[in-house]
Amino acid sequence: MNAIKKLGMLVLLMAAPAMAIASDAGVHLDKAPVNLQDQASLQRGAKLFTSRCLACHSANYMRYNRLHDIGMDDEQIKKELELPEDVKVGSTMQAAMDSNSAKLAYGVAPPDLSVIARSRSADWLYTYMRSFYTDTSRTSGWNNTVFPSVGMPFVLSDLQGEQALETEQHDGHDVKKLILKTPGSMQPAEYDAAVADLTNYLVFMSEPSKLVRGQIGWAVLAFLFVLLALVYALKKEIWKDIH
Amino acid sequence: MMNLITKLIGWIDERFPLTSTWKAHASEYYAPKNFNFWYFFGGLALLVLVIQIVSGIFLTMNYKPDALFAFASVEYIMRDVQLGWILRNIHSTGASMFFIVIYLHMFRGLMYGSYRKPRELLWIIGMIIYLALMGEAFMGYLLPWGQMSFWGAQVIVNLFSSVPFVGPDLAILIRGDFVVSDITLNRFFALHVIAIPLILVLIVVAHLVALHEVGSNNPDGIEIKKNLGPDGHPVDGIPFFPYMVVKDAVAAVAFLIVFVSVVFFAPDMGGYFLEYNNFVPANPMKTPEHIAPVWYFTPYYAILRAVPPLFGSQFPGVVAMGVATVIFFALPWLDRGPVKSIRYRGPIYKGFLAAFVVSFVGLGYLGLMPATELYTWISRVLAVVYFAFFFLMPWYTKIDKCKPEPDRVTSK
Repeated sequence: MNAIKKLGMLVLLMAAPAMAIASDAGVHLDKAPVNLQDQASLQRGAKLFTSRCLACHSANYMRYNRLHDIGMDDEQIKKELELPEDVKVGSTMQAAMDSNSAKLAYGVAPPDLSVIARSRSADWLYTYMRSFYTDTSRTSGWNNTVFPSVGMPFVLSDLQGEQALETEQHDGHDVKKLILKTPGSMQPAEYDAAVADLTNYLVFMSEPSKLVRGQIGWAVLAFLFVLLALVYALKKEIWKDIH
Repeated sequence: MMNLITKLIGWIDERFPLTSTWKAHASEYYAPKNFNFWYFFGGLALLVLVIQIVSGIFLTMNYKPDALFAFASVEYIMRDVQLGWILRNIHSTGASMFFIVIYLHMFRGLMYGSYRKPRELLWIIGMIIYLALMGEAFMGYLLPWGQMSFWGAQVIVNLFSSVPFVGPDLAILIRGDFVVSDITLNRFFALHVIAIPLILVLIVVAHLVALHEVGSNNPDGIEIKKNLGPDGHPVDGIPFFPYMVVKDAVAAVAFLIVFVSVVFFAPDMGGYFLEYNNFVPANPMKTPEHIAPVWYFTPYYAILRAVPPLFGSQFPGVVAMGVATVIFFALPWLDRGPVKSIRYRGPIYKGFLAAFVVSFVGLGYLGLMPATELYTWISRVLAVVYFAFFFLMPWYTKIDKCKPEPDRVTSK
């Protein structure tokens, strides 16, 4: 077994510096305060999502009535999310704008957002929606520090206001910083909280089973630990006479 | 009542070798009693095979092998199929666990010389299982039809087109099309759910038959059949049933605890078991910036990238990758050591085995990373270490200072 331990140490020694190199690439992302236990936050996020994002983006794999999982009943879904008459609560979330006209307007078809939190990560989404700035060189008038040359115009600008990307001097280094130029209807802290709700909702929507996954997992683990104890006792009993 | 059962068994035994098979392979199959931790992984591999087949059957009931619907049908399984998310997480976790278990099983073979005479054929059958498993995993990975599914398949199939003369035709034969497409998805589905599993089950049976013919090796690398008791059974052996069965059962439950922890608490495993980019539907018009195979292929992928192209052709790298995979077949004849087990080997073999493990894990890590110049050079060094382990083996196993083997198995 000594040789195994040595092997393990060697592997760790050589992996450690490589991991340090790998982790510092890319843009800095803020930590998203995701909390799937917070139903009020998830519901606020759902409202923001259906009123803002669904204008252009779809969530083809998400059914409205899946919002039962975050504590909304059919009446609430119809009323609070202002479902049009012809949309049933059992249907999937379709974009108001069709994808071809969206492509003509923005240059790219807006991606489906059903599993966006699984491909992009919560931290990316949380940072992205707080990193738009005005850029006159872009046809949309908007750019983003997390997603350079993004096709999407900033649809939450009435809430956050307008940011600009400015260069500041820090100890002789140029540091680019987002500065709020024109305030929106929300205070910066309020806006961050709203984006946190929206991110929270996107994380839920990307994997609704996440809400129950852990609970079922603990039950299965509890069963297996009891089984382990029993099987181990059986093994001890049967092996008594082996020396 | 007992009389009736005895009668029934007697009736069957006259028509089918029930009792004799049970005796030969379970109640009177003698396994060495000094099996340690490393001997659990063969049984666990069998367990994972069963898990994959059963979860796979239920996934097939809801999956659609169609480029237009494949991605959506996986999300349908994750959302609308009752407990479908558990099935899917089990199957995707099982794929990675299969390789973890198989790599540890193979490493056990390296440590204790389980490939040595008389187990050469057992080892070769095992290697065929490993290759079939790689094919199974590769084809299965296309089915979710995400960006990594598509581009991973595109990259790997393109490797075949670097073969001189027949390459391009060979690639078309595999894809059934000029690019990875709906046709490719359909044939990979057929191969993944019927052809390869069928072959896998058959060669796993052959692996067990060969094992029971020659008997298990053990951590001391000595033959227990050389020491028979007055009853004609090995003195250091114990019947597989009930002793080994109940011991393996403990390992199986412990393994399942790890398995379900991944299934329920971290099915993505930080992007290693389910790659983040695979949650973007396949888009033939948009190449991802960074294409990496799933972790279990990355040691070979790193070797492929480490070999510089010759006259603009990737072929030398492809050959190196192929040789790195199949070189294991030659192990029984490369090893000239007088002892089997690492316990009695000299320092040189231990050093080479340690270096090999470092190179395998290191290459696996580098294969996940973008190919920077520094990484490519480290990969080259590790690839040389990888091949040195095999190609220098006839020499270093011979000159190594080995300790004498014991006559009887030792405990711990």
